[in-house]
Amino acid sequence: MPTRVLVPSGVLGLGFDQHALMAGARSRPDLICIDGGSTDSGPYYLGAGVSKYSRASTMAEWKLLLEAQRIAGAPLVVGSAGTCGSDSAVDWMLGITEELAAQAGRRIKVAVLKCSQDPARIARKFQRNRLRPLDYAPCLDEAAILGCANIVALAGAEQLGAAISTGADVVIAGRATDTAGIAALPLMRGEHAGAAWHAAKIAECGALCSTKPLSGVVSVEIDGDGFVVEPLADGARCTPRTVSAHMLYENSDPFRLREPGGLLDASQAGYAALDERRVRVEGSEWIPSGEYAVKLEGAAATGFQTTLLAVVRNRRYVSRIREWAGKLEKFLAKEIESRIGPFKAGCGLELRLIGVDSALGDLEDSEAVPAEVGVLAIATTGTQAAASEIARLINPFLLHFPLEDDEPLPTFAFPYSPAETERGALYEFRLNHAMVLDDPMDAFRLEVSEVGTG
Amino acid sequence: MRFRRSELARLGDIAELVRSKNAGPFAITIDAFFGTREAYERVRRGLPAEAVAAAFKVRPGSVRRFELPDLMVLKFSLGRAVPQGGRLDRDMHGAQHAEVLAELEIPSANGPQNQPS
Repeated sequence: MPTRVLVPSGVLGLGFDQHALMAGARSRPDLICIDGGSTDSGPYYLGAGVSKYSRASTMAEWKLLLEAQRIAGAPLVVGSAGTCGSDSAVDWMLGITEELAAQAGRRIKVAVLKCSQDPARIARKFQRNRLRPLDYAPCLDEAAILGCANIVALAGAEQLGAAISTGADVVIAGRATDTAGIAALPLMRGEHAGAAWHAAKIAECGALCSTKPLSGVVSVEIDGDGFVVEPLADGARCTPRTVSAHMLYENSDPFRLREPGGLLDASQAGYAALDERRVRVEGSEWIPSGEYAVKLEGAAATGFQTTLLAVVRNRRYVSRIREWAGKLEKFLAKEIESRIGPFKAGCGLELRLIGVDSALGDLEDSEAVPAEVGVLAIATTGTQAAASEIARLINPFLLHFPLEDDEPLPTFAFPYSPAETERGALYEFRLNHAMVLDDPMDAFRLEVSEVGTG
Repeated sequence: MRFRRSELARLGDIAELVRSKNAGPFAITIDAFFGTREAYERVRRGLPAEAVAAAFKVRPGSVRRFELPDLMVLKFSLGRAVPQGGRLDRDMHGAQHAEVLAELEIPSANGPQNQPS
């Protein structure tokens, strides 16, 4: 018996075609699975343990998905709940579910999979040589681990499978690989392992693997030899090209995907059009690894920031903007050091020239002269108050600094008042390591409850 | 090696689409999609990993290069100079890094060995 998984969209909060979703639910899939997050939105969300999307938009979409779950009579799974998948984000998602269940007068059995890790425990694992650096991993020491505000382990198919096996109507999983929630059920039911993982990778961004990326809803049907992918919105089509091209997306290797417990190798996969809208894929391989390891992500607060923005429009200043900014930086460094003191390591003041090289920095080679230049000053230091002190110190110079000592003081454009903007805490990602586990559930907690009324 | 101006074209003008994105917080991956076999072959021959490493100012050998002839896609992956979203990052999603590749000049399909300058 093939296993069919309905994927409403690439991420909860992005929107989907409601008509296609309900049609998909009525077709009685075995599972509905949606991703709730990733690291792509940056370290802040993991560091602070919060969702990037608003509660209102998450609630509006989750309400429709709960209704689809009721119609389908199949479990609904969200992985990486609340963007970062920390325990706090999982609790936030559970709170939304409770509220919606009560509103709908439904009693819903919920399995919650928690993925947050105690930094002290991860530091011990590091000492005992249980962490394996992944590609491009940063240097790691005990202090870097202990300094993390939040660490999560990415659940794989084993942990998601355990959550689904509780018989819950709804699974709210903390941080999980993008694919795990889709792959778990077909793997439990003995479908082809390579096909299950490959189908999951193709479907994890919803209709991004189709000709109509914004429509969201796709279905994957996995069997003993391969899988079929089909978009559900009117007019959307999957072609061998749109499907195989999705392996490129956000993957550093377009053929291989590392997952807990092994590696998907799609290099020999063949893609064939079944008809105008459906594609069948066969030939993907799952290569189990010797040891079972789950990926870790961590974010640490490294300081606080306050920013200022000035806009330079004067033609002479714009044409000599790098020279001007270089002089100003030197001048400000002296002023800050004499009035406040030197910056500590990892702190500093940066001027970024918007219109010149603010996106690419030293990789920029264009010498085009823009009409105007935005000068973004970013002060980073140990406390918010200190960062804002620096911003206020540099404010008059950013407004009036002259190119030459003997010329009238210029005044540039400040776009708003107050000129300084407090950005709050700055976080940075710290880990790109896999942690070896004796048992897949060792780093995860599963809690089952009933929510709502009726 | 020097090329005559007429033998060169920007990758961004030859490709249908050049896009980049983070592949996790510590890596960036860039995909160049081509609309014709000729364009794909021209860039496949004219853009070794070393040229991409030089454009991104990273160690030669640190750029992974993939050829996908069926899709007419060339893909390059490299470590980020600074972690995503950290203090010194300027491009949180890594999505404008594609432009570094798009600006590269590619020799014409039959040059430069036949037409030394």
